[in-house]
Amino acid sequence: MTTTITAPVRLSQPPSQGNRLSWAVSDVMTITWRNLLALTRTPEALFFTTLQPIMFVLLFTYVFGGAIHVPGGHYIEFLMPGIFVQTVIFGAMSTAAGLSEDLHKGLIERFRALPMSRAAVLAGRTTADVVRNVFVVALITAVGYAVGFRIGTNVALFVCGVLLILLFAYALSWGFAFIGLSAPNAETAQVMVFPLIFPLLFASSAFVPVATMPGWLQGFAYHQPVTQVVNAARSLMVGGVLHDSGAVVASLLWCAGLLVILAPVAVRKYRKVA
Amino acid sequence: MANSFNPTLAVEAHDLVKVFPRGNVRALDGVSLEVEAGTVLGLLGPNGAGKTTVVRILSTILGPDTGRATVLGHDVVSQADAVRRIIGLAGQYAAVDENLTGRENIHMVGRLSHLSRKVASRRAGELLEEFGLAGAGDRVLKTYSGGMRRRLDLAAALVANPPVLFLDEPTTGLDPQSRQGLWVAIEELVRDGTTVLLTTQYLEEADRLARDIVVIDHGRVIAEGTPAQLKADLGTSVVSVTLGDRDAMEQTVPLLTPFSEKPPVVEDLVVELTVTDGPRAGADVLRALDAAQIPIAGLALREPSLDDVFLSLTGHKTTIDDDAEEAKPKRGLGRARKGDVADGKDAA
Repeated sequence: MTTTITAPVRLSQPPSQGNRLSWAVSDVMTITWRNLLALTRTPEALFFTTLQPIMFVLLFTYVFGGAIHVPGGHYIEFLMPGIFVQTVIFGAMSTAAGLSEDLHKGLIERFRALPMSRAAVLAGRTTADVVRNVFVVALITAVGYAVGFRIGTNVALFVCGVLLILLFAYALSWGFAFIGLSAPNAETAQVMVFPLIFPLLFASSAFVPVATMPGWLQGFAYHQPVTQVVNAARSLMVGGVLHDSGAVVASLLWCAGLLVILAPVAVRKYRKVA
Repeated sequence: MANSFNPTLAVEAHDLVKVFPRGNVRALDGVSLEVEAGTVLGLLGPNGAGKTTVVRILSTILGPDTGRATVLGHDVVSQADAVRRIIGLAGQYAAVDENLTGRENIHMVGRLSHLSRKVASRRAGELLEEFGLAGAGDRVLKTYSGGMRRRLDLAAALVANPPVLFLDEPTTGLDPQSRQGLWVAIEELVRDGTTVLLTTQYLEEADRLARDIVVIDHGRVIAEGTPAQLKADLGTSVVSVTLGDRDAMEQTVPLLTPFSEKPPVVEDLVVELTVTDGPRAGADVLRALDAAQIPIAGLALREPSLDDVFLSLTGHKTTIDDDAEEAKPKRGLGRARKGDVADGKDAA
């Protein structure tokens, strides 16, 4: 250790009112950058989170696909929107685990003693998730194309479908942030998420038509958000017999509702625990 | 609020009380302290005394239930944002991002302290250099040793040149050489005008770095003063007798007990007696041992150490318990253990 530590010259200036917002945006960007950077530093985690949906595509297409009869007859077209939604939901698990880790390693404590925006830790985390989802969805689309998926509507509507799924994932990641902040550690956070995800994902139209389920399950399966979002995505990406404008409206309402409820809940939890 | 500000005091805390509802722990029970600008205050206390809680309140992480505190005249509750701009915090658990490099970590804290990109980058380079991490600056933190992490943690806390620095057990769990290095760094900061509040369980650390010491136990201040004052207040010296062999111990302890103000402290072959008049007691002890024909390997007279002060104040010795600290009601222990495992791994 050498001896050139400089005398305390104040480097950080008190912000003017207008500056406050631009610094808040800068804080969110800094945290987003940090989360994305961390993602590239664990390439094995990134590799396996992308490998998983690819395997699902191949598994459902070539193994289960033949046994599942869907409206329109082409299972791959029915499947892909479901896979997109499944991928972003599984991806949101890392929101829970990552935040839990930040909390328990004391990083959030350090953030709390900095003059940064309070909301940036959560907003930066969820924003990084969106960026990651864009990357993964693009990759899965390419894999889907390789095994026979084709856009049935047009590119603009397909992109709208992707945006809808990203919005849904964004709304959900606030819920997972809440779980992450509530869990005693990162591993538990990950496990806590499963009982929530599985019924929502598999008792939905993501992989099979709801009509094939027993009557008592259909009521739940049809109305829950995953089904509505998957159906809306099918309507926008594939169209034809899968067209369902009601689902588009319902899914947007679900996203808005989830966001309005989950974001404040997560922020409140953050204020309390950190 | 700010008009009672005394410019020579960098940190003032009045009657801080904090009760953690979980387990109904009264972590702080009316702690007051003052840190004069440009000096080091050592906050000393055993595990769970409330040291970390004081630091968390002063660094705006936690609000006190009652009482108030200011840093350079800014209230830690109502003007928390202003306080955050003038403090640096380095913690016991080296709160750094393992997935980022050293440089990226400092840069991140710089940006979140609202330095421009350019200044944050420049400071990252300077601080890596100053803390002997220049070569490791572009390596991911996972590859750092425990000592390197601690230095990086301190470097990150200094990125915005804060005039007031809070260090929560900065050297706990470090090897002697890393500890020495951090001490030198802290001394340099103080020489350049930084005010430091430091919590520690190492009395040697407080003795070396702190101008003033506040001892807390069970959330209350039980003593304060300079290290010299605290030792002088004890008003005693220590006569330390080293026996030639263990067989004589049984006979020696009852023989020497009458000379000591407190029950003698026996460790291995050494018997330590607390006495008021050192030279006279030393001579008396020698005579008694000689008369009883007990052979000794050594006899020494020494001034009390802060260890002795601590022992007399709290009724127990400081134990350097790596499972450490403190009244962190939630998940405190889990975190401590995790840190220890990581440190152990690094040392290997």
